[in-house]
Amino acid sequence: MIKIEVRYFATLRIDDKKKETLEIQEDISVESLLEQIGVALEDVAILLVNGIRTSPEYKLKDGDVMSLFPPVGGG
Amino acid sequence: MYGYNGNILRVNLTDGTWKTEELDLEMAKKFIGGRGLGTKMMMDEVDPKVDPLSPENKLFVVTGPMTGNPVATGGRYMVVTKSPLSNTIASSNSGGKWGAELKFAGWDIIAFEGKSEEPVYLSIEDDKVELLSAADLWGTTVSNTTKKLEEKHEKGCKVLAIGPGGENLSHIAAIMNDEDRAAGRSGVGAVMGSKNLKAIVVKGSGKPEVPDQDRIKELNKKQLAKIKENGVTGEGLPTYGTAVLVNILNELGSLPTNNFQVSQFEKADDISGETLADKYLIKRTACYRCPIGCGRYVKSGDWEGGGPEYETLWSFGSDCGINDMDSIIMANHWCNEMGLDTISAGATIAAAIELHQRGYIKDDELDGLELEFGNGTDIAEWVKRMGYGQGLGAKMAQGSYRLTDGYGAPELSMTVKKLEMPAYDPRGIMGIGLNYATSNRGGCHVRGYTISPEILGLPEQLDRFETKAKPTWVKIFQDLTAAIDSLGVCLFTSFALGADDYAEMYNVIAGTDFTGNDILAIGDRIYNIEKQFNLLAGVTSAEDTLPKRLLVDPIPEGPSKGWVNKLDEMLGEYYKERGWGEDGIPTEAKLKELGL
Ligand code: SF4
Repeated sequence: MIKIEVRYFATLRIDDKKKETLEIQEDISVESLLEQIGVALEDVAILLVNGIRTSPEYKLKDGDVMSLFPPVGGG
Repeated sequence: MYGYNGNILRVNLTDGTWKTEELDLEMAKKFIGGRGLGTKMMMDEVDPKVDPLSPENKLFVVTGPMTGNPVATGGRYMVVTKSPLSNTIASSNSGGKWGAELKFAGWDIIAFEGKSEEPVYLSIEDDKVELLSAADLWGTTVSNTTKKLEEKHEKGCKVLAIGPGGENLSHIAAIMNDEDRAAGRSGVGAVMGSKNLKAIVVKGSGKPEVPDQDRIKELNKKQLAKIKENGVTGEGLPTYGTAVLVNILNELGSLPTNNFQVSQFEKADDISGETLADKYLIKRTACYRCPIGCGRYVKSGDWEGGGPEYETLWSFGSDCGINDMDSIIMANHWCNEMGLDTISAGATIAAAIELHQRGYIKDDELDGLELEFGNGTDIAEWVKRMGYGQGLGAKMAQGSYRLTDGYGAPELSMTVKKLEMPAYDPRGIMGIGLNYATSNRGGCHVRGYTISPEILGLPEQLDRFETKAKPTWVKIFQDLTAAIDSLGVCLFTSFALGADDYAEMYNVIAGTDFTGNDILAIGDRIYNIEKQFNLLAGVTSAEDTLPKRLLVDPIPEGPSKGWVNKLDEMLGEYYKERGWGEDGIPTEAKLKELGL
């Protein structure tokens, strides 16, 4: 098992849950994890792992921090 | 030709006279309006070497063909003049409702010349134009000026005004309209102040003529659907405003903090769009005919009013190391009252804090006020002192370059061409660095917002650390933006619309026959004429660069750790893309191609 942190932003922040630490199985992909935590991949416009844009196929590693944003913008 | 009233109001402030001139519609077609047309008029009428605060500088208030017309966000206007801050061409855009009202009154452009001996304001009720004494308005805040003029003039009139900042010739003074909308950047408010012009109150009773109602209906149906379907314009901006970017940039490790000393702010969530929406937001507000409504109306303690944008949350927030939302809201409010640019004001306070931190500014200069990273207690008070030109505030009011230079430490000014850079650390986002360096008004994000592809993935995702292809993207974004700023619509529509959509908009409203590529070519023409103005003003391409800190000192920690901006890998390629020489000067052939 590995430990990762998930951070939720904007409309993906439900009931004021800003972040959580999860213990998950090694080698699980971002896509599968999103499914497990009930976040639809199509609702995520910006997907970062450790601050870097990452694809849903990425296999999470111990200590990773995943940040999830819906489509947002500004200037 | 539709879209335009065909009228320029030329006001000579020296002798207090005004006259109507016919707008040259052929020229209008070449430069569209707003930013493009204003710059063309500056080039034709003003010596680029002019002292920006002298009577010889002119101030153009320019609408676009979409302003006041029935298209999404068609209410914007542009202030074009020579900037006292950067000595470059200045063109500052604003929304609200004022620009549309000017169009309803039958005008496209107001051209101010000379300088009034006494403070005056201009009153426009359709073709009734008067210069009236502003003796009792001078020295008053923007909201007081607005209220007094609204009481005195016809119901429904709209007010544009400067605050004490512009009157006192602060080089970072803004021109405000509808109380809290700002033509913010480049010190345009100081130019207005230098002319002793306090305000313009306008009431119009007409509506611009349009060619074909059915086509307009169809156009709006299509474009409003695109705006609604797009995640950013349909949901992100309406729900959170621009402020939602705080957490994104922070997660990327590219949120400049403590005057760009670091690029991540531990307490970013306290000053984020999410926190603003949860704890402070009362309602969202929108400019004329805007379906997006990114404006925030907030409440902090007993006070309520216009809330801060992303850039302001950053400048007074993480750039000053401050996580106190209430202090930031009040600093923003006082910028609006004083008529100061919130980006430059906050970033200048950040530079002042670093000067103090490093011992350049001594404690006895502070008049007992706090000036340190992380301490928001006195930031609103510093803003007032900048506006009124008091004590150290008077030095700060000239912007961070002149402030830091005065202490012998100009390297602490985070500016390009003396204009404070906004809230994206270009060490972690290569393209935006190239845009800052080559922006014709200096450190500005809304000249070519490559944050869209580099961070938001629109219209496609680019690698933010990569330099390849960035020159092409920067040029296209800069050209398209120049055209949008000239049309009189909001740049934020470009999250959902592309060059073809803007061409269609122009064609339907004005009866022109342009393609998307034509629109980009006009943008290119505007970009080149701006560059020409700057070169003639003596601002050379040697100033197409970034502060040394961003080129040499790597980001010390976080997800962008170890990066500097690799401007040298992109700049030559960018000049080539533009058809300029290696020296960054437009070639004869290029100027000829653009008809300049
Ligand atoms: S998107 Fe925001 S800034 Fe642009 S016109 Fe609408 S409310 Fe004004």
